Amino acid sequence: MSEHATQIRVLARRSMLKTLRQPFQLFPIVFFPLILLAVNASGLKAVTSLPGFPTHSYISFAIAVAFIQGGMFSLINTGTNLAEDIESGFFNRLALTPLRRVSLIAGLLVGVAALGALQSAVYMLMGVVAGAHLDAGVGGVLVIVALGSLTAVGFGALGCAAALRTGSGEAVQGLFPLFFVFIFLSSSNLPRNLLKTGWFHTVANVNPISYLIEGFRSLYIYGWDGTALWRGFAVAIGLTLVALLAVTGALRTRLQRT
Amino acid sequence: MSSHGGIWRVARTIAWRSLHTYVRRPDLFVPSLVFPLVFLASFAGGLSAVGTLRGFSFPAGYTAFQFVFVLCQSAMFGGLFTGFTLAFDFESGFARRLMLAAEDRRGIALGYALVALTRAAITLSVVTAVALAAGMRITGDGVDIFGLYGLAFLLTLVGYGWAAGVAFRFRSIQAGPLMQTPVFLLLFLAPVYVPLSLLKGWIHTVASINPATAFLDAGRGLISGVHNHTALAFICALALIFVFAMWMLGGLRSAENST
Repeated sequence: MSEHATQIRVLARRSMLKTLRQPFQLFPIVFFPLILLAVNASGLKAVTSLPGFPTHSYISFAIAVAFIQGGMFSLINTGTNLAEDIESGFFNRLALTPLRRVSLIAGLLVGVAALGALQSAVYMLMGVVAGAHLDAGVGGVLVIVALGSLTAVGFGALGCAAALRTGSGEAVQGLFPLFFVFIFLSSSNLPRNLLKTGWFHTVANVNPISYLIEGFRSLYIYGWDGTALWRGFAVAIGLTLVALLAVTGALRTRLQRT
Repeated sequence: MSSHGGIWRVARTIAWRSLHTYVRRPDLFVPSLVFPLVFLASFAGGLSAVGTLRGFSFPAGYTAFQFVFVLCQSAMFGGLFTGFTLAFDFESGFARRLMLAAEDRRGIALGYALVALTRAAITLSVVTAVALAAGMRITGDGVDIFGLYGLAFLLTLVGYGWAAGVAFRFRSIQAGPLMQTPVFLLLFLAPVYVPLSLLKGWIHTVASINPATAFLDAGRGLISGVHNHTALAFICALALIFVFAMWMLGGLRSAENST
């Protein structure tokens, strides 16, 4: 194995273990999406009778939101862990070693990708237990894991950029409400055709999170919907690219200070 | 000087200092305003189609129906956020120094309660203004609305009592999830989106015995003028305030012993 790959593997392992060993970080990843799914699926079950609602199972409709929430927690956990490393001086010491700069972040994000795949599998299992039906079958499982992992990387990279820019875990935590707004102002609870309030419909239409949610959702409800899938992947890839650009700039500034 | 005067002197000092910090730091007050407004926009705007469901009937409309949930949630979270401030003050060492200096330490608990009520008043005013600007209809009379906001302020004290008890015991912001998770559950396991009669299955059973259902029913009754469980909601709120006041004072004793 090349030296570069070894560096990434070691840092990825550390990144994963750091999250998996902290109950305060693991608990919200599983608990909040689960409880919101349970509450929304029960409380909004009646909306499946609205004309134009695409399925009779609200749980199959709502499970998609859990994957996005998982992505948001990746942002918080990754950003907080990196900020802790900066605050404790570990990051500076790491930067002074012969480690390649790109490995510093790549290692972290490979760990996030693996965790993203794991949490997607947990949400799918959760959905099965709750009665969600995955219309796309086994192939759909693989696509969801891939999209979930990519979404986690995109949000995780944003967390890295915030941590590198501010060097403060508190500042990264403060981003959570901001990003949560994107979930609420999207087609998370009702399909866009049933959003009757004009301004809300407009906001949901231009909110990229709507298309990410619909990418996951299409696999549960419609099976294989090419349009919803390419839009979902386009948002996840776009988010990752934008976040990586932000990380590159922030990393350069941070290392100049070191 | 009497102990009574000592309590109020400590309380006023803490209230002034915390409110001064609150209004000067946007990172503190912006999230406490953004969350309720997002909930209001998302639930009242995004779920307006729910108001057309068969069996759903609410005289003041779906915006008012959801406004009451947001009002109750904002009120309780006003208390919770003050618990966060108290925990943060312990972490920074300020609250420990306060414990050593205060004439009567019950004044500390009272001072943060005043902070909670003032912060809630700011949030509730903004949320109400936005809801009215968005076209919310109120069909209850003046006395009903007075009762609605009275109930909201009691809920602020409920949230504060719980969170302060946790903050005094753990004295760390790490206990934040312990403060907010039970309140979050209490609120969301009630009829948030539709009336109790439209809930089916386990959520109906849980919501039927959840005191937050009485708060929402009463609030929605007051805003629409069609009263529902009003007395029960006030009795539940006062009982919870009493229980959590005991819990908070127990926490204060625990903090005193560790100082």
